[in-house]
Amino acid sequence: MAGLTYREDLPLGEKRPGKLSHWVTDWGGMVVDGVSTVGDITIFAYRMFVWMFTRRPAKGTLLTNFYHVGVLSLPVVALTGTFIGMVLAVQSHRQFAMIGMENRLGAVINSSLVRELGPVLAATMLAGRVGGAIAAVIGTMRVTEQIEALTTMGADPIHYLVVPRFLACLLLIPALTIMADFMGIVGGYFYSVIVLGIDHAAYLQNSADFVTGYDLFSGILKSFFFGAIIAIVSCYRGFNCQAGAEGVGQAATAAFVMSFVLILGVDLVLNILLDAFYYAVWAPETSL
Amino acid sequence: MTPDKAEEFDFQSVPLDPDTLDDTAKADRPIVDVRGVTVRFESQTILKEIDLQIQRGQTLAIIGESGCGKTVLMKTIVGLIPPSEGTVMFDGRDLGRISQQEMTRTRRRFGFVFQNAALFDSMNIFDNVAFPILQHEKASDSEIEGRVMEKLSEVGLPPEAALKFPAEISGGMRKRVGLARALILQPELVVYDEPTTGLDPIMSDVINELILATRRNYPVTSVVVTHDMRTARKVANRVVMLYPRRRLQADQSQMLFDGSPSDLDHADDRRVRQFVRGEAGERINELMRETAAISQSNAGT
Repeated sequence: MAGLTYREDLPLGEKRPGKLSHWVTDWGGMVVDGVSTVGDITIFAYRMFVWMFTRRPAKGTLLTNFYHVGVLSLPVVALTGTFIGMVLAVQSHRQFAMIGMENRLGAVINSSLVRELGPVLAATMLAGRVGGAIAAVIGTMRVTEQIEALTTMGADPIHYLVVPRFLACLLLIPALTIMADFMGIVGGYFYSVIVLGIDHAAYLQNSADFVTGYDLFSGILKSFFFGAIIAIVSCYRGFNCQAGAEGVGQAATAAFVMSFVLILGVDLVLNILLDAFYYAVWAPETSL
Repeated sequence: MTPDKAEEFDFQSVPLDPDTLDDTAKADRPIVDVRGVTVRFESQTILKEIDLQIQRGQTLAIIGESGCGKTVLMKTIVGLIPPSEGTVMFDGRDLGRISQQEMTRTRRRFGFVFQNAALFDSMNIFDNVAFPILQHEKASDSEIEGRVMEKLSEVGLPPEAALKFPAEISGGMRKRVGLARALILQPELVVYDEPTTGLDPIMSDVINELILATRRNYPVTSVVVTHDMRTARKVANRVVMLYPRRRLQADQSQMLFDGSPSDLDHADDRRVRQFVRGEAGERINELMRETAAISQSNAGT
């Protein structure tokens, strides 16, 4: 914690604080900061939900944010999806060929894509592109008093700035994930069938046999959570931006890092829950 | 109302909201009543036990050196910063006790000119000035256009400026757009945060003239936070000087001066006279002592 750093230059005769007490202080400070941040974000999200369900977004804010989050992210997400599909084909082909199962490549590529890699990597890319931009824009507005100006003119900054961004991320990040999945499937097919020469019909047949609707559903369901995380974390970081250009840069970086960590954590939890649900409802009948 | 007639404007006749008081009693009541306000940020006390009453129609300049709490006081007056202790009353209502909806309605009666204009980067000048109308009123597009263009014209901006973005215009123009935006709803209280900072002398005087013209044309109460003595003398009919809390003893008042601009040069307090004349005096020694004390304090931690 500030002001309690370990000092080597104490005057003679002065009792030196033990290293243990410094560790306790430092770790205690980190825990307090962490709990405080979680509390702040919870209150921030609560206020956002209250505004979202009590008043329509301000005129002209929704389409602009949909454009920035959805349309402008399309090329980069499509490119990411395509390369994920092709890289999966490259990585898996040799191992599958060793055991003579290269015709089943479509199953593993497409299953990995729609369940896991498509949603997570698209969300990671969007946490950088969309989340960083949201934190930087709102942070700059904070630093240049534009958020205070909104307040003085009777507009609630959370309603005006956060609600449309949240809706844009919540609704369009799943749509972008579908795009990433689709482009990944196309990329994987192209590399496997055209470059590696795997049989076209076998590739498609195996994909159809092993990729279920539940795989697609679970991937898209996760992307709703990822969209919400990116929006809330990035807006929160922007609102709590420190002064100056460095403060804005730190807010953008912190928004990405925090979103990324939360995406991975929530992905794990959702995978556990979705798997438990799947095996509870449908007995596993399929296998490679 | 013509400017000449406005000079004789009777501020007692300002239209008043329905309330329990009759019109005469309301007009006698200060529009802003700050009582015992203390503002702390974490362990740092910025303002301590400030009492300030601002009468309708008054133009008050709050002066003082950087870091003395001028802007904090101004933001406390309009409810942007809640006081740690004390109350801020606007037209008889305690801003700390009113509901969110009432606060939003009350804010319609404030105009705020920010130090760097705080124009919305994503909107052009027209949309920036129209923003308060869209927030508070249901007006037709043609009515909005008429009012925005009229207000831009009042602050000396040509119609073609309306379609430009804040990044495409000069600092002086941004300040004038900020002024137009603050005045578009004809507020009862306009607060100016360092309105002339960063401007050349001519543009500074243009802003001063616009503040005076606003006072002539509308029954407005103004609070001008500045350390530009030329502005304070020219636009204000009352001046308050604040002093940084950290350099005062616990029992000393933070408000060193409260009077008319003409009394500034004859103020009893030496620090006021020095500030007005722009003389460092022994401040350089004070700064050295403060730095030494901070270093010593850090070493002892």
